Amino acid sequence: MSNYILEVNNLQTSFFTDSGEVKAVNGVSFNLERGKTLGIVGESGSGKSVTAYSIMQILADTGKIVDGEVLYNGEDITKWNNKQMAGFRGKKCSIIFQDPMTSLNPTFSIGSQITEAVLLHTDRTKKQAKERAIEMLTLVGVNEPEKRLKQYPHELSGGMRQRVMIAMALACEPDILIADEPTTALDVTIQAQILELIQDLQKRLGMAVVMVTHDLGVIADMCDEIIVMYGGSVCERGTADDIFYKPHHEYTKGLLRSIPSTARMKERLVPIGGTPINLLNMPKGCAFCARCDSAMKVCLTEVPQELPISETHFASCWLNVKAQYEAENGGSQDE
Amino acid sequence: MTKLQIKEKIVLNKYVIKRIGLAILTIFIISLITFFTMNAIPGGPFDSEKATTPQVKAALEKRYNLDRPITEQYVLYMGNLLHGDWGVSIKTGREIWPTMSQSFGISAQLGGVAILVSLIFGIILGCISALTRNTLPDRLIVFFTTLMTSMPSFVLATLLLYLFCIKLGWIQVWSASSHNYILPIISLALYPMAYITRLTKTSMLDVLGQDYVRTAKAKGVATWKVIFKHTLRNALIPVITYVGPEIAYIITGSLVVENIFTIGGLGQKFVNSITNRDYTMIMATTLFLAIIMVIANLLTDIAYKVIDPRITLD
Amino acid sequence: MSNENKMPKKNILSAQIDLSKFELATEEEKRQQDVMSESTTFFKDGMKRLRKNPLAMVSIVILILLLAVILISPKVVPYSYQDIITIDGVRDKTAKNLAPFQYSKMEQRYMAKGEKVFPHIFGTDEMSRDYFIRVVYGTRVSLTVGMFASVIVLIIGLIYGSISGYAGGRVDLIMMRIVDIIYSLPDLLMIILLSVVLGDVLGDKIQNTIFAKLGANMLSLFIVFGLLYWVSMARLIRGQILSIKSNDYVLASKAIGTKSGRIIRTHILPNCLSVIIISIALQIPSAIFTESYLSFLGLGVQAPMPSLGSLANAARSGLTSYPYKLFFPSMAIVLIVLAFNLLGDGLRDAFDPKLKK
Repeated sequence: MSNYILEVNNLQTSFFTDSGEVKAVNGVSFNLERGKTLGIVGESGSGKSVTAYSIMQILADTGKIVDGEVLYNGEDITKWNNKQMAGFRGKKCSIIFQDPMTSLNPTFSIGSQITEAVLLHTDRTKKQAKERAIEMLTLVGVNEPEKRLKQYPHELSGGMRQRVMIAMALACEPDILIADEPTTALDVTIQAQILELIQDLQKRLGMAVVMVTHDLGVIADMCDEIIVMYGGSVCERGTADDIFYKPHHEYTKGLLRSIPSTARMKERLVPIGGTPINLLNMPKGCAFCARCDSAMKVCLTEVPQELPISETHFASCWLNVKAQYEAENGGSQDE
Repeated sequence: MTKLQIKEKIVLNKYVIKRIGLAILTIFIISLITFFTMNAIPGGPFDSEKATTPQVKAALEKRYNLDRPITEQYVLYMGNLLHGDWGVSIKTGREIWPTMSQSFGISAQLGGVAILVSLIFGIILGCISALTRNTLPDRLIVFFTTLMTSMPSFVLATLLLYLFCIKLGWIQVWSASSHNYILPIISLALYPMAYITRLTKTSMLDVLGQDYVRTAKAKGVATWKVIFKHTLRNALIPVITYVGPEIAYIITGSLVVENIFTIGGLGQKFVNSITNRDYTMIMATTLFLAIIMVIANLLTDIAYKVIDPRITLD
Repeated sequence: MSNENKMPKKNILSAQIDLSKFELATEEEKRQQDVMSESTTFFKDGMKRLRKNPLAMVSIVILILLLAVILISPKVVPYSYQDIITIDGVRDKTAKNLAPFQYSKMEQRYMAKGEKVFPHIFGTDEMSRDYFIRVVYGTRVSLTVGMFASVIVLIIGLIYGSISGYAGGRVDLIMMRIVDIIYSLPDLLMIILLSVVLGDVLGDKIQNTIFAKLGANMLSLFIVFGLLYWVSMARLIRGQILSIKSNDYVLASKAIGTKSGRIIRTHILPNCLSVIIISIALQIPSAIFTESYLSFLGLGVQAPMPSLGSLANAARSGLTSYPYKLFFPSMAIVLIVLAFNLLGDGLRDAFDPKLKK
C-alpha cells in the first residue's frame, strides 16, 4: 500500500465543444496523504474544480479525461467501470459543492436524501439509516435533527443547507472529502463556522480533505499543502509558509500582492494585469506568460518544468531556472 | 408541521380560492358573450320564424319567455341552466341536455383515450430523445415531432382516412365496431403527443443539467436510478401544466375529427348545428364546452401548484 | 549532466540552452499570445448561428420559393380562380375533375387544331376551375390572413405589454389581471360563435368594402384575434421588459442620468426584438392553422375565394375518386406551417443566449 490515499499523475481533462477542445486541466499532478489537507487555489477557469470532478468522474457529458492517472490506494480509478465508480463515490470519496441550494434536490426531503446515501453504500435497514441520518445531522451541528428530516431544502438557511450537504457526504465515512468552494455562496460569518466544522470533522473521522477555493484566506489555516493553479496547470506547490512567505511564481506573487491589506492601506491596489486566459487558444509556453511582467522569450515557447525550491516547495517558472543557472555559473548574464 | 409548512398551506389555499374565483368569473363572462352575441342576430336566436314546424314554434315560445326584456331573459336562461334545463333545439324541438350529454359521453371516451395515448407515448419518446441526444434515435424523434406539430388534425385525419379506409381498406369507415376508434384517436393524439415529446425532452435536459443531479451521481447513485428517481420526477412537472390546454385542443380537434370519421359525438352535433344554424344548440354547446375547458385549466393549474414544492410566498 | 533519472530534476539545463531566450519578452510578443475571441454584436452573432442551421436555411429557401410561386403564377397561368375554364370564349363544362395534366375533351379538340392549352398542373375541380391556380390563391389567402393576424397580435400585444411592464406597480397589476381573464377564454369557440353571428348580422352590409372578397367570417377572425390572441405576446413583452428593467446595466444607465425614452430605445427594445421576431415566426403558422380549421368547418373565406382549408374540406366529398384534390392543399398547409415552425425554432436557437453550449 502506498503512502498516499490519492495520487494524481499528469491529469489531462478536456471538454469537447462546438467551438473546439477546451483543455481545462493540462498536466496536473499532486499527492494526498491520509488524514491530511490539500488546498487547490486558483481563479475561475484555472481548472481546479474540473480537477476535482475528474477525480470523482462526474464531469459533464462533453468532458473527458484525456490522459494521466488517478490512483486511489495505488489503484488507477480512471480505468474503473461505472459500477466500480458508483461504489467509490459517496463511500470512499465524497464531494460537497459550492451552492447547497441548487445541489440538493428540491423535491425530496432532507432526510430521504441523507438516508439514500446510507442505504446505497451500507447494509443498514431503513430504520438504521434514519438513525444514522440523525446522528450525522447532530454531528454537523444541525439543531432538532428529527424535525429536519422531514423538511425540504428551501426551508433551511444557507449555512444549514451546507451542513446538510456535509452530513450527506460524510454519512458513509469516506476516506477523502473534496470540498469545492464550500463557503463561496455563504455569508462571511457562516463561512468561518463551516470551515471550522470541516476541520473538526476531519480530526474526528481521520479523513483526507481536498479544499478547492479561490480564496487565499480560506486555505491559510487549514492546509498542510497548497497547490496554486492557473490555466489548467500547477504553478507552484508547497506548505502555507512556502507559498505565503516565499512565493516563487509570478502568478502567486501577483495574487499575494493583490490582497488588500490593512498594513498597506494608503497604497493603491495592485491587480494582475491582462485578461484571464482563453482556454480554447492556449499559448505554447507558460500559461501565464501573457500577463507576466517578467516574461522572457523562453516563457512564450516552452512550458516550464517543475523545479524544487526546497524539500516541500516546488515551482514551475523559468525565472527560477534562470536564477539557478546564474547562481551556478556565477553572476548575471550581463557581464 | 413547521411554521413554514403552515404558511405554505395558507398560501396554497389562497391561490386555490383565487383561481376558482377567476374560473367562475370567466364562465360568467363567456355566458354573457354567448347569450348576447346570439341575441344580436336579427330577430334573435329564438325567432319563431326560424323554427321548422309549428310544434317546435310552440315549444320555443313556451320555454324561452320571449316577451320579457333581454336582461331578464338572460337571468332566466342562466337560472334554467343551473337546474339542468339547457333548452330545446329550434330545429328538432328536442331537449338539448339529453342529446348533449349522451353525445358528449362518446366524445369524452374518444378524447380521454387520446389524452392517455399522447401522455404515455409522449413521455416515453421524450425521455428517449433526451437520453440519446444528438444521436440517431433523437434525430428521428425530432424529425417526427416537428412534422407532427405542423400537421393540423383535419389534415392528418383526412389523410389517414384516405390511406387506411379507402386506399388500403384495412379499416372500415365508421361502423359500430370498436376498433374503428383507432384512426380518430391517432388523429387527435398525434399533435399533443409530439408536443409532449418536445416538452419532456426539454424538461429532462434542463433537469439533467441541474446541480442536484450531479450531487446524486456524486453520492454513488447508479445512472439509471439517477434518471428515473431524481430527474423524471422534476422533469414531468411542466408536462402536467400542458394537460389543461391539451383538453382544449382535443375538444376543438374533435369537432373536425368526429365529422370526418362520422362519429356521433358532441363535436359532430356541434358542427351540424352550425351548418344548420340551430342557434339554441349552438349556444348551449358553446357554453358547455367552454365550461369544460375552463374547469380543465383550473384543475391543471391547481395540480401544478400542489405538486411543485417550491411554492413561492408571493 | 544527464540527471533525467533522478526525481525531482535538479538541473534541467543542458548545454544546448540558448541563453538569449532568457531575455525579457517584449509586449509585442506577449500580445500575440493573448488571443481573445472576436467580439461581434448580438445580432451578427445570432445571424451567424442561424446560418449554420441547415433546417432553418432550407425553410427560408422554401418560403422564398413559395412566395415567388404565388406571386408569379397568376401572371403565368392563364386561368382564373373563380371562373370556369373557357376555350375560345366558350365555357368548357367537360373540364370537370380532371386529373393533373389531363386535358378535357374540348381542350383536346382545341389542341388537335394546333392551338396551345396551358396544362392543368393540379387538374381541375368539380366546377371546372383550374385547381393549381385555386391552390395558389388559397395559399395567398392563408398567408395573408396569417400575416395580417400576426401583425394585429404584435401591435396590440407590444403596446399593452410595454405599458404594463414599464409602468409596473398597480397599473401593471390591473392590466395583468385583465390579461388573465382574457387568457382563460376559449378562443376557437369564441371565433366560431362570432363567425356565426357576424355572418348573419353583417351579411350584405360589407358587400362593397374590402371585406367582400374575404367574407364576414374572416372579419370575425380578425376581430377575435385582435380581442383575444394578443395576450401571449403581451405577457412575453412584459416579462422581457421586467427582467431587463431590473438588470444592472439599466440601473447603471439610470444612475448616470439617461432619460427614460433613451433607456427604452437603446436597452430594452433591442433585447425584445429577438423575442418579437421569434414570436411572429411562430404566430403565423398558428394563425394559418386557425384559418384553415375554420374553413374546414365551413366558416372560412367567402366562396368563390379559395383558402387551403376550404379546398381541403371540399375535397372530402370526392375523396375516393379524386384524392389529389385533398393532397395538394393539405401538402401546402403542412409545407408552410412546417417551414415557419422550423424557421421559428432556428431563430430561437440562434438568438437565445442561454442555449449557447
